[in-house]
Amino acid sequence: MADINVKINGIAVSVPKGSTILEAAHAAGVEIPTLCYMKEINEIGACRICMVEANEGRGFRLVAACVYPVTEGMEVLTNSPKVLESRKKTVELILSTHDKKCLSCVRSGNCELQKLANDLGVENSDTFAGEMVEHEVDDSAVHMYRDNNKCILCRRCVAVCGKTQGVGVIGANERGFVTTIASAFDMGLGETSCVACGQCIAVCPVGALSEKEYIDDVFAAIADPSKRVIVQTAPAVRAALGEEFGYEIGTNVEGKMAASLRRLGFDDVFDTDWAADLTIMEEATEFMDRFKNGGKLPLITSCSPGWVKYCEHYFPEMTENLSSCKSPHQMLGAIAKTYYAEKIGVKAEDIVVVSVMPCTAKKFEIGRNDQNAAGVPDVDYVLTTRELARMIRRAGLNFRAMPDEDFDNPLGLSAGAGDIFGATGGVMEAALRTAACWLTGEDKVIEFTEVRGTDGIKRKTYNVAGTEIKVAVASGLANAKELLKSVQNGEEVHFIEIMGCPGGCVNGGGQPQQPASVRNFADLRELRAKALYDEDAAKELRLSHQNADVQKLYEEFLGEPNSHKAHELLHTTYVKRSIN
Amino acid sequence: MGAKTKKTVPFRGTPEQEAQLRAVIAEHKDEQGALMPVLQKAQDIYGYLPIEVQKIISDEMDIPMEKIYGVVTFYAQFSLFPKGKYNISVCLGTACYVKGSGDLYEKLKEILGIDGGECTEDGKFSLEACRCIGACGLAPVLTINEDVYGRLGVDDLADILAKYE
Repeated sequence: MADINVKINGIAVSVPKGSTILEAAHAAGVEIPTLCYMKEINEIGACRICMVEANEGRGFRLVAACVYPVTEGMEVLTNSPKVLESRKKTVELILSTHDKKCLSCVRSGNCELQKLANDLGVENSDTFAGEMVEHEVDDSAVHMYRDNNKCILCRRCVAVCGKTQGVGVIGANERGFVTTIASAFDMGLGETSCVACGQCIAVCPVGALSEKEYIDDVFAAIADPSKRVIVQTAPAVRAALGEEFGYEIGTNVEGKMAASLRRLGFDDVFDTDWAADLTIMEEATEFMDRFKNGGKLPLITSCSPGWVKYCEHYFPEMTENLSSCKSPHQMLGAIAKTYYAEKIGVKAEDIVVVSVMPCTAKKFEIGRNDQNAAGVPDVDYVLTTRELARMIRRAGLNFRAMPDEDFDNPLGLSAGAGDIFGATGGVMEAALRTAACWLTGEDKVIEFTEVRGTDGIKRKTYNVAGTEIKVAVASGLANAKELLKSVQNGEEVHFIEIMGCPGGCVNGGGQPQQPASVRNFADLRELRAKALYDEDAAKELRLSHQNADVQKLYEEFLGEPNSHKAHELLHTTYVKRSIN
Repeated sequence: MGAKTKKTVPFRGTPEQEAQLRAVIAEHKDEQGALMPVLQKAQDIYGYLPIEVQKIISDEMDIPMEKIYGVVTFYAQFSLFPKGKYNISVCLGTACYVKGSGDLYEKLKEILGIDGGECTEDGKFSLEACRCIGACGLAPVLTINEDVYGRLGVDDLADILAKYE
């Protein structure tokens, strides 16, 4: 397979045909810095940070390594004075219109521009000081800020919004010096059909895009003696939080996370995985009911609020296909403020539920209609995985030195089925496990592993106890769009799982930001998902309906899945929205 | 709201114009790179490209409106604003510029409360810059529709505009 021979700084290396200079250099152990480039997302060769000198027999010339393909016999210099000077000058030019307020920037310490300026020896950040364009911060969206004073016009956000997510509510307006990334007619992001997925934040190399932070509010709630403060963590959080504290990508830090949350002062440390099991009870029941009784099919999962909002804007005619189930963290909030509130004798108004999520759309979700089972919001604050990491640092906790602790009961126990909710295909697999047991009448784990993996769209027909069930799984909203168009054109599917972010929640918009230098050579989706699948595989309890604490909830409180009470507390409604 | 909203002149598109636009889109829809010719013809039809027009193009062509807006604001040939009843064109060619037409242009922006390329909310005046109109002997020069005014200073502007009340 290795069929092109090149020399990187005099070192011979063979790489597959079609490789870029960036990839060839990586193979030779040389990392070329990049800025606008992000593999498979933004490959436009625009920023010129990755310049190298390449000789293809006509002398050395400066080319952009990120997109320039290698040719036989090519010689490449990655560190010549000319190359280093070019890169440095490019950074200095970028800094000439950057606000350089690093001390108060949320990305300080993991900003790709800051690192480049350091690595490339920029001694004077005002080399090309001159006119600046001042931008107002756009705070119109519920979930995030856009601060163009920090924007370097790399267009990663534009690419991920338009191409990966098929939404395209941000882009480059105007031209030349006044070019800005914004929305049509300079609408605030909150006025557009932005779905709040946060993928733009996850790919932003600098501090131009960030979630709205609620750390201070949560610290204040914890400090308020009249409040019972409950925290819950989504499955995908434990698979990525460790990255913020130097652990390898894909390390499951569940135990240290639970210990940290307890030391931050939360009164109850619960697990959204528990509610994932509860979701399966409700959703698998809903599916069986629709399937057997001629209800609206395909049934489409509703755990991903980015996907739900996308559906409302872009496929309003399909909102009846959405499962009426609330997402797991909303279910946990609803149960915490009813069932659990009764148990501990605390009024719902005095309970504060904080959800730590890999997701920014959850910040939007908590304010939706019909998400207030006890007459108060089911969930009061959503923190992203990144915010939790900041909170842990702010409190001075030594995360790596934490003991491994368990979640609290009764909303802390989970089956393996609930754990895999954080990866694309996980909800489908969990639902099928339970549905299969109900159809066969046998409590045995049947594996449905074909729906795993990072392919954008997966389709499979299963035969369960003589019943043929056609399922499909999509992640990333451009993929969801493709699948739904096919369904609208007559493709028969009974059950669809859609997650808004590519690869599912493990790659959510609220997860730790990994720089392009990492993302160009490692698949975050796969590595983080593995942590969840390993957790499932290691468990005895792998079926949601066997979760004893979930069973107890039905016995003591809800009655049957999809009962009247379950509907009141655990189900919701949708609206139709327009495209802007 | 975080972002600024541009002042707009009320949209006065007619059903005939919309039918023309939809026909143009239908004709080009499946071509590669159809957006540019569609925008050019849309501007021919309406004289400018307001949000109402871009929305139709976005829906019909399944292209996000931001992408269209990005193209419209990139190219100087496209306008987001109609021409006013009186279109003021200030020559920024070399001769006029050295004679101070830049000051005239800035003063007009201030008096009218609009930027170059825009139209006042009442639809009366629009303002644009142009290159040499061949009347350098009269520099600095501006035109209002067909009328030419030369050898001007900023203090003359208020009186000239008053003629168009």
